[in-house]
Amino acid sequence: MESLGVLLLHPVNAYLEQELGRRCRLYRFWESPREEFLRAHAGAVRAVVGNANYGADAALIDALPALEIVASFSVGIDRVDLAKCRERGIRVTNTPDVLTDDVADLAVGLAIAVLRRIPQADRYVRAGLWKSRGDYTLTTRFSGKRVGIIGLGRIGQAVARRVEAFDCPVSYHQRTEQASVYPNYTYYPTVVELAANSDVLVVACPLNASTRHIVSREVMEALGPKGVLINVGRGPHVDEPEMVAALADGRLGGAGLDVFEDEPNVPEALLGMDNVVLVPHVGSGTYETRKAMADLVLGNLEAHVLSKPLLTPVV
Amino acid sequence: MTSSEPPVLPTLLMFRVRELRFHAALRERYHVLDFFTSGEPLHGFLAAAAADPDPPRALVAAGGDSVSVDAAFLDAVPSLRFVFSTGAGLDHIDLGECARRGVAVANSGTVYSTDVADHAVGMLVDVLRRVSAAERFVRRGLWPLQGDYPLGTKLGGKRVGIIGLGNIGSLMSKRLEAFGCVIHYNSRKPKESVSYRYFATVHDLASESDVLVVACALSKETRHVVNRDVLDALGKDGIVINIGRGPIIDEAELVSALAEGRIAGAGLDVFEKEPKVPAELFSMDNVVLTHHCAAFTKESRSDLRDATIGNLEAFFSGKPLLTPVLPR
Repeated sequence: MESLGVLLLHPVNAYLEQELGRRCRLYRFWESPREEFLRAHAGAVRAVVGNANYGADAALIDALPALEIVASFSVGIDRVDLAKCRERGIRVTNTPDVLTDDVADLAVGLAIAVLRRIPQADRYVRAGLWKSRGDYTLTTRFSGKRVGIIGLGRIGQAVARRVEAFDCPVSYHQRTEQASVYPNYTYYPTVVELAANSDVLVVACPLNASTRHIVSREVMEALGPKGVLINVGRGPHVDEPEMVAALADGRLGGAGLDVFEDEPNVPEALLGMDNVVLVPHVGSGTYETRKAMADLVLGNLEAHVLSKPLLTPVV
Repeated sequence: MTSSEPPVLPTLLMFRVRELRFHAALRERYHVLDFFTSGEPLHGFLAAAAADPDPPRALVAAGGDSVSVDAAFLDAVPSLRFVFSTGAGLDHIDLGECARRGVAVANSGTVYSTDVADHAVGMLVDVLRRVSAAERFVRRGLWPLQGDYPLGTKLGGKRVGIIGLGNIGSLMSKRLEAFGCVIHYNSRKPKESVSYRYFATVHDLASESDVLVVACALSKETRHVVNRDVLDALGKDGIVINIGRGPIIDEAELVSALAEGRIAGAGLDVFEKEPKVPAELFSMDNVVLTHHCAAFTKESRSDLRDATIGNLEAFFSGKPLLTPVLPR
């Protein structure tokens, strides 16, 4: 695919960038000012590669008359204007499945970290504060906690399977109940009811117009002073200012957060809290998975160029 | 005709039970002689206990450095027929001497196992996925400045070699299998009821593991069993998790293996000389350090109260102990 002009929106992955450079005609969007770049190269761009934070919005799509395909280095494609792509006949691909395990692993790891205060203990020891044996505060057991999952898709199911090994009862909310598929999981028709019946609430659904701020103040208060929110979805799934206030007041017990509304900016107030665990969007952040994601992006571009069926099309 | 006197509570010797609800629950049921609030030296305290009109037949002791139940101790309180240890370890009780004298011993059984297993899994995820290190990065405000955090490594497919497949090791295996890990183990003998691959030595286990977990008890045989040789067999991509006892690992060798990059990381809840932690570890991003807190949740504390009282009630009413260590 040496003649395929690919616009990489951000240096998302060294291996991907290297392969795109080797196999395609690569343009790096960050190397020159946007307007200058578009004037010079807009007509040559047939493919755009972005990620969770850098997508092909309407303005960019309009500026690229030769655009044929958007291959996102992510599973969530809320930053890609899908309607516009459909209108223009532009294909869109993402990277599902290959990152499911990593995201689910992190979600459960964050839940244990929050409830058992592992990063907090690590800070305590590194600060030289451990002065005597028997110096610990009691945390609360993770095993057996009621886990509520918003969105029982690939990632939600993977979270459910993991927490079942800890004897956690699983409940979920999504648009439709699928009782025959999940006879062991309890369905709740609203997120508030799910939260009210959970100790740990995990956000695992896609971000779209109907799931923006799905975790509202009401949901967080239903989850309660002992409840823990785990967000491995997208920052905008949660009403972030309300969450910060609820955590500060004790109306929400704790949170494990991989995503934020305005990454890489994290609300200042969270940085001083002990009942939260904050990580910088590392849900799929392993060598193995990022390589698999990159190979999927490359595979989709290649299939497109060869007029073969796309590997993981969204549009 | 009996007058309605309150029942005479059996005398109980107590060492180092600090938690208030636990203390209160024991005081409700027993005439407690508490060493640490007596203010007396041990010899005087034991003599007074032995001279009590109803000398103590049972003792509740926390583990570690609370008390050493040895021959001298047992000589000082000849009325003692039962020792209950609230800790997981039994290294402070001379089981040989107790057996000789027909003193029964029980411990806390499996009350801590779930929480220790959960903590170990949490630490394993933390080390492989760099959770605590990434947290430090965020809290220092480095995300907007330095961009993406370095990558971790996937759990799925990792070979986890567990030293000691007892309660804790078994609970860990069940959890880790759900993350796609492959379980290997070493213990004194292979366990017929499990299908995990057995290794006769810790060295062999380490050479075919990506993560080495210390989940066994401390004994003469296991002291420093994780030594330089084992760490070299584990290799530069390997990580060590210790939720057993500090002295099971040669700590100096572990620190130098980490410092020299001969292993990839570690998650440690226990150390050779607690609360001292080797300072070299504080600057390492590939280690997670916790202060011997893996067992301690509100739930395990409540389970411990139940186990202690359950065993004491059994002893005082002549019924079989719930979680006996002696007689075997």
